[in-house]
Amino acid sequence: MKTIKLLAVLFISALAFTACSEDHDHDHDHDEELITTVIYTLTNTTNPNDIVVMEYDDPDGEDGSATPTITGGTLMANATYTGTIQLLNRTESPAEDVTIEVQAEGDEHEFFYSAVGANVTISKTDVDGDNNPLGIETSVSTGVASSGTLTVVLKHEPTKPNNGNPAAAGGTTDVEVTFNVTVQ
Amino acid sequence: MHKLLVFFVLVLVNSHINSQECNITFKGKITDFHDNSSIVGASVHILNSKKYTSSNFDGEFEFKNLCTGKITIEIKHISCETKRVVVNLTEDTFKAITLEHHEEELNEIVVTTETKNEKTSIEQTLKKEVITTFSDKNLGDALNTISGVSSLNTGNSIVKPMIHGLHSSRLLIINNNVRMFDQEWGDEHAPNIDINAFDRIDVVKGANTLKYGSDAVGGAIITKLRKYALIDSIFGSTTTSLNSNGFGGNINTELIKSYQSGYYFRFQASLKKFGDFKAPDYNLTNTGIESINASLRFGYNTYEKGFDAYYSFVNNKIGILRASHIGNVNDLVQAINSLEPVFIRDFSYNIDVPYQNINHHLLKVEAFKRFQNLGKLTVQYDMQLNRRQEFDLRRGNLRNRPVIDLQLFTASLQPDLEINSIDNFKINTGLLLRFQQNNPIVDIGASTLIPFYNKYEAGIYGIVNYTIDETSSLNAGIRYDYSRIEARKNYFQSDWSLYNYDVLFPEFDTGVVDGIELETRPKFTFNNISTSLGYEKKLNKDYAFLLNYGLAQRMPNPSELFSGGLHHSAARIEIGFLTIAKETANKFAISIEKNNENFGFSVSPYYKQINNFIQLIPTGLRTTIRGAFPIWEYNQIDARIFGVDFDVNKKISSKFKYTGNLSLLQGDNLTDDIPLIHMPSANFSNRITYYNEGFYKLKISLHQRTVLQQNRFPDYNFNTFNPTTQQQVFVDISSTPPAYNLFGINSSAEFHPFKKGSMLVEFNIDNLFNVSYRDNLNRLRYFADELGRNYNLKIKINY
Repeated sequence: MKTIKLLAVLFISALAFTACSEDHDHDHDHDEELITTVIYTLTNTTNPNDIVVMEYDDPDGEDGSATPTITGGTLMANATYTGTIQLLNRTESPAEDVTIEVQAEGDEHEFFYSAVGANVTISKTDVDGDNNPLGIETSVSTGVASSGTLTVVLKHEPTKPNNGNPAAAGGTTDVEVTFNVTVQ
Repeated sequence: MHKLLVFFVLVLVNSHINSQECNITFKGKITDFHDNSSIVGASVHILNSKKYTSSNFDGEFEFKNLCTGKITIEIKHISCETKRVVVNLTEDTFKAITLEHHEEELNEIVVTTETKNEKTSIEQTLKKEVITTFSDKNLGDALNTISGVSSLNTGNSIVKPMIHGLHSSRLLIINNNVRMFDQEWGDEHAPNIDINAFDRIDVVKGANTLKYGSDAVGGAIITKLRKYALIDSIFGSTTTSLNSNGFGGNINTELIKSYQSGYYFRFQASLKKFGDFKAPDYNLTNTGIESINASLRFGYNTYEKGFDAYYSFVNNKIGILRASHIGNVNDLVQAINSLEPVFIRDFSYNIDVPYQNINHHLLKVEAFKRFQNLGKLTVQYDMQLNRRQEFDLRRGNLRNRPVIDLQLFTASLQPDLEINSIDNFKINTGLLLRFQQNNPIVDIGASTLIPFYNKYEAGIYGIVNYTIDETSSLNAGIRYDYSRIEARKNYFQSDWSLYNYDVLFPEFDTGVVDGIELETRPKFTFNNISTSLGYEKKLNKDYAFLLNYGLAQRMPNPSELFSGGLHHSAARIEIGFLTIAKETANKFAISIEKNNENFGFSVSPYYKQINNFIQLIPTGLRTTIRGAFPIWEYNQIDARIFGVDFDVNKKISSKFKYTGNLSLLQGDNLTDDIPLIHMPSANFSNRITYYNEGFYKLKISLHQRTVLQQNRFPDYNFNTFNPTTQQQVFVDISSTPPAYNLFGINSSAEFHPFKKGSMLVEFNIDNLFNVSYRDNLNRLRYFADELGRNYNLKIKINY
């Protein structure tokens, strides 16, 4: 009988022990690694007023079911633009600039750009700490009038240096967005 | 009565035929080899005769009226090595016999005698000998040697046992009488069990699982520790194992002290370390494992009363193949199309991301007392704490923080009464009270996969065993379980209305909005009824016929109810639903068994009809900022699983033995009229063993295992758009890998280099021909081959 009493005491104490931790309301974490928004800003090198802003906005990230909003862009034919990419987490207030983190860990990140259909050539103009391409800063030159798509991929821990092809570079994909682009 | 007559007639006839002198008395005394104490209750049998006796309180026994000539006597005792002694009788003889403690031999005895969980149970057992062979592997690997048991793997270190194609929440894993709660809902969550801690493992394929829970849709795996003899003794063993594949191994030690008074103490600990494993053609980078386990047992055991206190700790740090960490569906396509893993480095002991780190504490206190004219009352209290951390490739200051950090606490109180005072009846009845809390550890900077919840359970059961006559018995039981789960989860407001929860469950909505999220309090109550029926008929000395029926009901697990988000390591979005209801299974199984050393077999067909079977299947694609991901959703269908398990053993000659088994299984999704996802394919194995008891107990066996290709699978392949190339890409996630055939060698010999005890040396080769293969039930089969050849050396010292 003594044993049974002891067991009962143990059981109750266990309940009490766990009950202590019950009242906290912060049992929900936010995804601090989230990237909700990709903004690709292109500035015409000869006309600083010709600024094209392409934006991919996915407010609930990859976990949520909301449909992303995608804004493409129209570029001038036979022109050169300087491009800057920016990654944001808009679930934070103010929005967190994730680009800073990517820049700091440049040696294990790389952006890849590819255009299909549109006469657009993109080259990376910045490098990481090991002098390998990074791709936050780009130079974009356009050819004759055309239209198509522009895809931006951010790889985490790709093989660096690589041949510029995201598939061959390996690593894991942190960002993969596609914009409609028109050259006119 | 007439049996006795026949016996006398035989004896008379015998004595007439042999005109020998038959009035010799043979006496003996059995003592413990270690301390000369008398061994009480050892059974003594004169082989090739019907003469049995047992030793008395002074360890003495006596046979009268024996004839002259050579006799062989066999002495067996529950905690000792079985011994055979040849005696040449010419006159009245006295012989002193010593017996020696050996754990594995004990269990062999236990297995050969009637020690099933219930007489009517359809089950199979792994002995300590097999457990030792698998000392540096997993529970799932060891169980894989049993027909009808397979495993769902994530790489080679995360092995989830599967009985008849069912796993996770559908299998009860009973660890020394405690039901394991270690977040078993996840496909990549292996049971946190150290195989070395046990003396014996039973696999219940039939229906006799009611005592442990109502939800054993698949069956139960029951690990056991043995009882120790009431003698003053100290014994133990140490096993060291070394492997060429992974350049690692395991050391396990156990020490047992028992007292004549009934007290006993046991300590066991094991350490395991492996570096990167190797497939035949390449290194499997980041597949190392580190494991620390310990268990303590203390108790008091007499016939009348006793208690048992047990604590075990398991820590596993398991590296997950680096190449399997992928970002989105295009990374997956690339991995499937690439013949080799995309990430291969030189061998290393380093465990980098992704990896899992799991701690499991288990504490059990059990006490029993027998009451005259009633039976045995047992009260058990147990507590478990499971902490699971999964680390992944992360950015910035989150680098060293896990993406998943969940702590699951479970406490149960179980009184159980066994009434055996009524002739031919044994009644087992009991109660269960259980509390469980899942606590997501905050501050991981990632959304929580499984939300905070409290779960309350209460159950009551009654099982009746009726011995109809000497050859047949019947078993029937019923169980009722109440469970209530109260969770706290944030949903995206868009999801809450998308899944129609705002209409179905407005009462869960707290009205509190946190950014784009909604705080909710889902609460569910389930009432489950389960039953079991078993019948056993012994047809003659060797043959037995068993029949089992079981009704099992299972409430959805937290993963099936609450999952919702990107499962990074799997590159898929997994969605559970609050609308998931309980599943109900009707199980039928038959077993025809012939238990004989010279030729034995068992044929066990089974049929399971599972209504509202909860499955996780791909249902579409979602485009996100990271690219496209397949969406896997939990849904419910009616399913049917049937098959048959065959086991055969045959003694070819005095030194050669053959064993083999074959498992055939078919699973169907009846709702959609397609095959069921992730079902094991037909497989068979053969083993030929040479055993020479006279020559250092040398044992050499060659074994072979063939797993055929699974041709019945649901086609969930899909197309995805690759934005970089602007092309449609076919994603083949369903097609199954081809059949494979593996050979292996096991050999062992026993030496006595010391004054006391023995030394067992084992040498094993797995995957003898270094075959490259992939298995349909390995979640990493898209990324890499299974393990290549492994040489294993094991030394076990018994003392």
